Amino acid sequence: MAYTEEELKKELETKEYEYGFYTDIDSETFPKGLSEDIVIAISQKKNEPEWMTEWRLEAYRVWKEMKEPDWPNVTYKKPDFQAISYYSAPNKKPKYDSLDEVDPELLDTFKKLGISLDEQKKLAGVAVDIVMDSVSVATTFKKTLAEKGIIFCSISEAIQEHPELVRKHIGSVVPQKDNFYAALNSAVFSDGSFCYIPKGVRCPMELSTYFRINQAGTGQFERTLVIADEGSYVSYLEGCTAPSRDENQLHAAVVELIALDDAEIKYSTVQNWFPGDKEGKGGVYNFVTKRGLCEKNAKISWTQVETGSAITWKYPSCILKGDNSIGEFYSIAVTNNFQQADTGTKMIHLGKNTKSTIISKGISAGKSQNSYRGLVQVNSRAENARNFSQCDSLLMGNECGAHTFPYIEAKNKSAQIEHEATTSKIGEDQIFYCNQRGIDTEKAIALIVNGFSKEVLNKLPMEFAVEAQKLLEISLEGSVG
Amino acid sequence: MDLKEKLLSSFLAFEDTVDLDNPVHEVRSKAIKNFEEKGFPTKKQEAWKYTSLNTLQKVDFSIFPKEENTLDYKDIKKYFLHEIDTYKIVFIDGVYSSYLSETTHDGVDVCLMSSAFNKPMYRQVIEAYFNKVASQDESLTSLNTAFSKEGAYIYIPKNKAPRKPIQIVHFATGNEASLMLQPRNLVIVEENAEVQIIERHQSLTENEVFTNCVTEIFAAKSARVDYYKVQNDRETASLIDNTYIDQKRSSNVSVHTFSFGGKLTRNNLNYYQDGEHIDSTLKGVTILGEKQHVDHHTLVHHQQPNCESHQDYKGIFGEKSTGVFNGKIIVDKIAQKTNAFQQNNNILISDKATINTKPQLEIFADDVKCSHGCTIGQLDADALFYLQSRGIPKKEATALLMYAFSNNVLDSVRIPELKVRINKIIANKLGVNLGFDL
Repeated sequence: MAYTEEELKKELETKEYEYGFYTDIDSETFPKGLSEDIVIAISQKKNEPEWMTEWRLEAYRVWKEMKEPDWPNVTYKKPDFQAISYYSAPNKKPKYDSLDEVDPELLDTFKKLGISLDEQKKLAGVAVDIVMDSVSVATTFKKTLAEKGIIFCSISEAIQEHPELVRKHIGSVVPQKDNFYAALNSAVFSDGSFCYIPKGVRCPMELSTYFRINQAGTGQFERTLVIADEGSYVSYLEGCTAPSRDENQLHAAVVELIALDDAEIKYSTVQNWFPGDKEGKGGVYNFVTKRGLCEKNAKISWTQVETGSAITWKYPSCILKGDNSIGEFYSIAVTNNFQQADTGTKMIHLGKNTKSTIISKGISAGKSQNSYRGLVQVNSRAENARNFSQCDSLLMGNECGAHTFPYIEAKNKSAQIEHEATTSKIGEDQIFYCNQRGIDTEKAIALIVNGFSKEVLNKLPMEFAVEAQKLLEISLEGSVG
Repeated sequence: MDLKEKLLSSFLAFEDTVDLDNPVHEVRSKAIKNFEEKGFPTKKQEAWKYTSLNTLQKVDFSIFPKEENTLDYKDIKKYFLHEIDTYKIVFIDGVYSSYLSETTHDGVDVCLMSSAFNKPMYRQVIEAYFNKVASQDESLTSLNTAFSKEGAYIYIPKNKAPRKPIQIVHFATGNEASLMLQPRNLVIVEENAEVQIIERHQSLTENEVFTNCVTEIFAAKSARVDYYKVQNDRETASLIDNTYIDQKRSSNVSVHTFSFGGKLTRNNLNYYQDGEHIDSTLKGVTILGEKQHVDHHTLVHHQQPNCESHQDYKGIFGEKSTGVFNGKIIVDKIAQKTNAFQQNNNILISDKATINTKPQLEIFADDVKCSHGCTIGQLDADALFYLQSRGIPKKEATALLMYAFSNNVLDSVRIPELKVRINKIIANKLGVNLGFDL
């Protein structure tokens, strides 16, 4: 039986954030606020070499001079950066060899999240580097990876054990002074993932990290560095959920991808942080800088499914430096209630015969605002550059908004650039067609949204695609226009 | 002294030449304050990201032309659409030339802003319309408002249509080493009335000219306005053309912009739809070479349901030219059933030419059809080969293809003679001797 609109609305409103729970683990938290001393303290805490401390301080000094950007199409109360505690680590931090040693409460958390470590280990063949409040507490499948020469560890571990690699590449794609949040992250990043794939190696499994924000009042500043050496391949997955909180939480991550000659990196994200309740209270602020550098014949592919966060500000980009390199961006951004998303990509064509594809699907419901902001830039020496962009928006209800801000800059006559954008709502005739065939309105909407997003969902690795499909349904349940 | 200071101090001198008791002057004083506060726009502002006014501000422009100048009609005949009979409002260095003009008060008013400002019989109209749709916030528009004194005034009463099209031509003679002009036009088309207007800015010398023009157009219920802007100026002329259009129910306004020349041209074209079943058309052909720069900045604000807008801009960019297109469509929450289309196609024919385009949609209503498309590419090599294989030389073949590329826009030109004229300009610009009107 088909729901009436009222019923659906009611159900949606009462639908609480499923993953909203809070784990009580003792954490060691720094006093609130940010100063040079705090930066040094974070660095010392992690036992970092002097060059790293210097690097952080440099970033802090730049950050101090910078102003928060106000160009994104979002409105929010600016976070007070002196009221955030910049470091928190679970207190018991021995490295576990087996799951039995892990804090049972932590294991419980994972269960609620639906990540059963052992199950994942056995069934999915995924190595999970779990970041719980900034310090990684469990790393699995490391041995299998080590055999191939693949380094997959936390970034703090990498700073200790592979300083030459980290020092060479960190900040090479996203410099400290790139933007306000990147500078902040560079100064105070607590942990993150590091991945290095040696020459010619094809990583045998999907690498994945689950991020969670846990400690009340702590921002999370992740730093991810993925380096694919010549001719290698890696698929990296990142998925997020966060407990519900009233206080806004800040997340300012930096992800740097480096694909050397002939390498390929596939980076997939499912983001489902707490979006705030139906009054728009609470929710995570997600200000992320993600960028990849492609050398000759390299390929970087970003796929993202964004359903969470109160504010999203995210532009995974590709610098197509080498000849024949390829950049891809596939994105689904879903906003509901009072969520605001300003997301898109940048494709900078520098090398010859470079290609880029942008497929962006925005779905807005409730009172949310969804913006696509993208840049396609063809440098004067980028002969035969090719770009295809498509941005489609779907509006549900008459109180939401969809916006597109595509910037296209061409300086080469051989460039071929196409951009298309459409905005529409789900057609009444489409729903009627489904109804007529015995599919109720709710299911029809799910079906249509699924079809609308298929192009992007198809790009996700199998296990993620299922999860993403579910997320879409949950996020949009009952928002029939 | 930089240009801003010069303008501010000139305003005091300007006040001596106008009637300070006129209510218009209050509007001017307010506007100059806004300009004083905001100054010239800089590249840091999103709307001016790709167009810099820095070099213009370094030129020592004369704000008021010192002496009057006359021109012989035979010398400047070619700048008019002389094939057909038209009303003409002609200005030389910003001063009205009665000798070259042909105005009328027969049923419709085709005359001057200065008389509309000063004659009591127009006072009500001026109070109701002057500076009502133009932005109070944008600094260059304010600058024009502050110095508003002369320009074209066109008033078409209910159910009337002038017998013939109206040409507005601004000449700069180069009597001054460098001259700044700020014409202000007001076009009011009442219910079910109709008008066709052709506007042109033309410099006659190598001396620098900077025009900051504002045109306000009010289209009442079921009015039809056809506005053509021909921009084929010299390498030393810069133009900032601000057009603000207020449309009421069931009205139809189309603006065609043909940009073939000038050093720097910036077209700010703003449509505000205030009623249902409105149709707005914005079309443009841009063909540039040398170091020319044209920036099309359009805004269509859909404020009411059941309206349509059509945008189609084609650009061909050669040598070191730069083209900018920034089209913005805003659909308000109540503007359901809006149909908005935006198309921007560009061809780059030189390695040094640049295109920056930003087709932008801001949509707050759900039951709408909005789409935009944007392409940057080059001529189809196969098509070129096809034409060459049939004995058409490469240059002509290229020109034919380019003409075909921009033909969509020309199709909707409703004055046949103007179409022929534009065709000639295009042929000239592409360096071929083709008629195109096959």
